[in-house]
Amino acid sequence: MSWIEEKGPDRDVVLSSRIRLARNIAGYPFPTMMKDSDAREILDTVKRCFSVSTPFSGRRYSVTLIKDLPEVDRQVLVEKHLASIDLMQHSDVAALIMDDRQRVTIMVNEEDHIRMQCILPGFQLDKAWEMLDRVDDTIEAEVEYSFDDRLGYLTACPTNVGTGLRASVMMHLPALTVSKQIGAVLQTISKIGLTARGLYGEGSEALGNIYQISNQITLGPSEQDIINNLTVACQRIFEKERMAQQAMLKVSGKQFEDVLWRALGTLTHARVMDIKEFMALISQLRLGVGLSIIPGLTAENVNELMILGQSGVLGKRAGRELDDADLNAYRAETIRSRLNEMLQA
Amino acid sequence: MLCEECRQRQATVHMTKIINNMRSEIHLCEQCASNHEEFASITPFSMNDLIASFMDMGAGHQAFLRSATVKCPACGMDYARFKQSGMLGCRECYQHFSNELLPVLRKIQSRTEHSGKVPKRSGSSLLLKKQIKELRQELKIAVETEAFERAAEIRDRLKALEASYREQGRDIK
Ligand SMILES: [Zn+2]
Ligand SMILES: [Zn+2]
Repeated sequence: MSWIEEKGPDRDVVLSSRIRLARNIAGYPFPTMMKDSDAREILDTVKRCFSVSTPFSGRRYSVTLIKDLPEVDRQVLVEKHLASIDLMQHSDVAALIMDDRQRVTIMVNEEDHIRMQCILPGFQLDKAWEMLDRVDDTIEAEVEYSFDDRLGYLTACPTNVGTGLRASVMMHLPALTVSKQIGAVLQTISKIGLTARGLYGEGSEALGNIYQISNQITLGPSEQDIINNLTVACQRIFEKERMAQQAMLKVSGKQFEDVLWRALGTLTHARVMDIKEFMALISQLRLGVGLSIIPGLTAENVNELMILGQSGVLGKRAGRELDDADLNAYRAETIRSRLNEMLQA
Repeated sequence: MLCEECRQRQATVHMTKIINNMRSEIHLCEQCASNHEEFASITPFSMNDLIASFMDMGAGHQAFLRSATVKCPACGMDYARFKQSGMLGCRECYQHFSNELLPVLRKIQSRTEHSGKVPKRSGSSLLLKKQIKELRQELKIAVETEAFERAAEIRDRLKALEASYREQGRDIK
């Protein structure tokens, strides 16, 4: 189980809520300037936090050295939003600590010594913060953080200094995108210190009409202020998206339904599918499921399919190297059979 | 054609997205396009570029002259490398590059003072200050609700905290 298969609030528009904290350990240079011996000591220190008696609400944590991880497994972790691309790029000294429900992950020796995140299904930023705050307290009981009275938690990049907190909500906004209202929405949020990205972080395009909205500012407001600001903005956006969906349904009823049903038709019958087409179809399927036009499927089913169709996950499943043509055929085949299982269940 | 976002400048960037039968067209001016997610991925624009450009604006020519000489004595990070990567090398870097950093922080952050969580073990005066502030708030509520016993308790704790705060050589307002 992970955020992908679990039910969450506002699941018609929200895929996941995530909080990330950046921390560095006092007495060591940041990862940019540290030696390999520093990195090893830091990893030992962080690992120690997880070996004392059941510190994190009884959950079991595993420690993985990135250098021991095959390329395809690294890609899967990134595609499931459990680790960053950046962590994989520091592969010689980096490690990932993860709980057995895949909610809390701690990246060690990434851009900062410690990057911990909590990811939950649906819209639940407050709960994610509550959980991560506790994880942070537990680590803090064992290590001394690099902290400055005026600037707060010190981070390698000044864009994270202060709280070190990045809260982000991954949402599906097909109607705002198609009706061209999204530009105005994104422009408005940038004025209140928020920023939008595509499915896989900075610079990635809004594949499948999925956007990640997060706070840009980390220094000044408190953690709770940052989360409240983002929460209010997100609620507005959900409202707008739902209104736009209803409007589309009202204006182009049958034609609109036809598009959504055709998406299901293609997904259950296509023989070759590239990632762009796949994500577009998944977006339409998600919309059809959310609006109860397409019965027999849940939002969680759609999440599972979306992750299942990502290149790394497919490669891992195939157990062999796939070239582009292979990959697109294998994607169509895998999605077709899983989707048919879901529909028959 | 006018830009769809600002409706002021000529639209020079056009993009058509066709996702099955759903078709959407976007027409923007160059300025608005640069804020746009879809176009941002076409013209790569990173946080580091942003920091670098702010640093030039903030510190100007002087910073440029300093770049050859300023090096963090603790970790060896030099200004040129910081500017290029947007990354600091250690906590001392925040002090050594503070002249260059402050204008950057003012641009990319809302304020330059942290008001959030404070690590308990740091024994930081900030933590004391925060506790004092919270206790004063509690005291106010206790007095207002005529919970006098509780108020007396809080007052004692406040006195102790304020004393240790003064021991650190700081003034309390
Ligand atoms: Zn414009
Ligand atoms: Zn330094």
